Amino acid sequence: MDWNLLITQVLNGLQLGLLLFLLASGLTLIFGIMDFINLSHGSFYMIGAYFCGTVVSMSGSLLSGIVVGLICTFAIGAAVEWFIARRLYRSDHLDHVLVTFGLILVFDTLVHMVWGAAGMAIPLPEVLNGQVSLGTLVLPTYRLVIIMSGLLVAAILYIMVSKTRLGMLIRAGASNRTMVEALGVNINKLFLIVFAIGATMSGFAGMLIAPITEASIGMGNEIIIIAFVVVIVGGIGSIKGAFYAALIIGLMDTLGRSYLDDVLELSMPTKYAETAAPALSAMLVYILMAVVLAFRPQGLFPPAGSK
Amino acid sequence: MRILPRTVSATVYTGFLVLLAIAPWIFSVIDEPFYLDLLSRGLILAVAALSLNLILGYGGMVSLGHAAYIGIGAYCVGIPAYYDFYNGWLHLGLTVLVSGLFALVTGAICLRTKGVYFIMITLAFSQMVYFTFVSLEEYGGDDGLVIYLRSEFPTWLSMDSPVALYYWIFTVLLITLFFIHRLVHARFGRVIVGSRFNEDRMQSLGYSTYRYRLSCYVISGVICGIAGMLLGNFTSFISPEMMGWTRSGELIFMVVMGGAGTLFGPLVGTAAFVFLEEFLSRITIYWHLIFGLMLIALVLFGKGGIHGWLSAFDSEEERG
Repeated sequence: MDWNLLITQVLNGLQLGLLLFLLASGLTLIFGIMDFINLSHGSFYMIGAYFCGTVVSMSGSLLSGIVVGLICTFAIGAAVEWFIARRLYRSDHLDHVLVTFGLILVFDTLVHMVWGAAGMAIPLPEVLNGQVSLGTLVLPTYRLVIIMSGLLVAAILYIMVSKTRLGMLIRAGASNRTMVEALGVNINKLFLIVFAIGATMSGFAGMLIAPITEASIGMGNEIIIIAFVVVIVGGIGSIKGAFYAALIIGLMDTLGRSYLDDVLELSMPTKYAETAAPALSAMLVYILMAVVLAFRPQGLFPPAGSK
Repeated sequence: MRILPRTVSATVYTGFLVLLAIAPWIFSVIDEPFYLDLLSRGLILAVAALSLNLILGYGGMVSLGHAAYIGIGAYCVGIPAYYDFYNGWLHLGLTVLVSGLFALVTGAICLRTKGVYFIMITLAFSQMVYFTFVSLEEYGGDDGLVIYLRSEFPTWLSMDSPVALYYWIFTVLLITLFFIHRLVHARFGRVIVGSRFNEDRMQSLGYSTYRYRLSCYVISGVICGIAGMLLGNFTSFISPEMMGWTRSGELIFMVVMGGAGTLFGPLVGTAAFVFLEEFLSRITIYWHLIFGLMLIALVLFGKGGIHGWLSAFDSEEERG
């Protein structure tokens, strides 16, 4: 067995998992606290990448691109909450699906109008563009940067949620919103902050991935569905759940794509295995979600005290 | 039995159906055959929207994966055609069988969940179907499949000419409308609507709501599968893109724009959708923006959709 390949694939899986976590942690809070289904969460992912790319191409500095991108996605997230989402917390889920589907159309088209139909490449600075070698293993530096940044954000989020007053309110909101309101907390402000922070993290994920894949219209629409799977598998409203589920799903998806045909060949002729493996590996995460929903509908790590 | 429709909305719908019936003649007189294509596509989508409305509007089951059935129906034409089997009855039988079975198996799992979970699990299953067809290299995978000949039916049922195909679609639409009308006014429909409002009460009245809902889900899937079969014949090119999740979102848009839980709502909603799509995309390439804004406005301000606005003209006691 090729151990170097395995390690590379595991790191790729971690990278996907951490990106998913950045998306899913915001999504799960918006879901868990406001009971709001935000299909357009992936739009922030796209917008973040485009803002960052624009600033990078003007200033040449990735860091300033990321800072401006974060500020912009925070502002846009807050605006969406203020003007649209806020009016719909008490309506039914169908309305959420429709409105946020409309938002996807709006954001995709606005990006098309401003930046054109072609994708936007984001150049990496020299330092990050190289490779790191550990013994016989050669890894692209930037992949490690993505993993480190993902872990860093996860750590910051963990400290914020478990140690600060805001975090305490967020946790309380996720397990029992009505009670938090009854205790006199300014719930509107809390919702606004949670929504905007969620949007910012989604935007950050987009900025991280864009130098590899380049920013493109609709880039968020595929990954957001997997982020929803993460949210459901982890348990709605649970950041811890989102973290573990994101890593499980990231690894499962990546390793499934590279090793499933070998596994299947053990039990069936090569010809069938080669046909079945790609289909099965693309379906793997959805199968996981269906199994979780069928046997443990509250998710693997539901937030404490929720039903 | 009354001959003339009583309400404003019913009058509009009757007029609309009459117009649809003579549409090919009108288009041949004004020599605009392209509109017949547009209308055919619209009516196929209308059948799909009607089927979605059965579970979403009447049953309160918000499925974000209904486009999967369109894909299944289309591939039930495409795959046999790939092996030179063009028999229409085979295609139709296969469509009913496969989409029915798929709805039965997935519905049995989906209907154990409610609310958000239902939305997400229907989405998950449709993504599975999507990726299955993407990875079927034999049948074109991502690139899709060309269907060279339409389903073959006996001469008087042939769908070979555009007008014949149009009347096929129109007939399926009428049958679907009639069937759904009878269904929701029968005890079956009352149980379905009842369990949307208060499932516990329906259960304590002795109805096994799970079975009713599952039957409803299967019926809806089969009708949508047939719409897919028609779409495969109409476009003669099919690809997994037909069942992407945004397609399912568009179907919900059509249902809600027309008026969910009403008989004709999905039909006028789809008509409006297809018309706007065509009209706006001629004006600007950025028409999705207007579409998205309309969708947002529809939810924030326009309760009840087009049917809701039409029945605002009906007098109080006539509203159903």
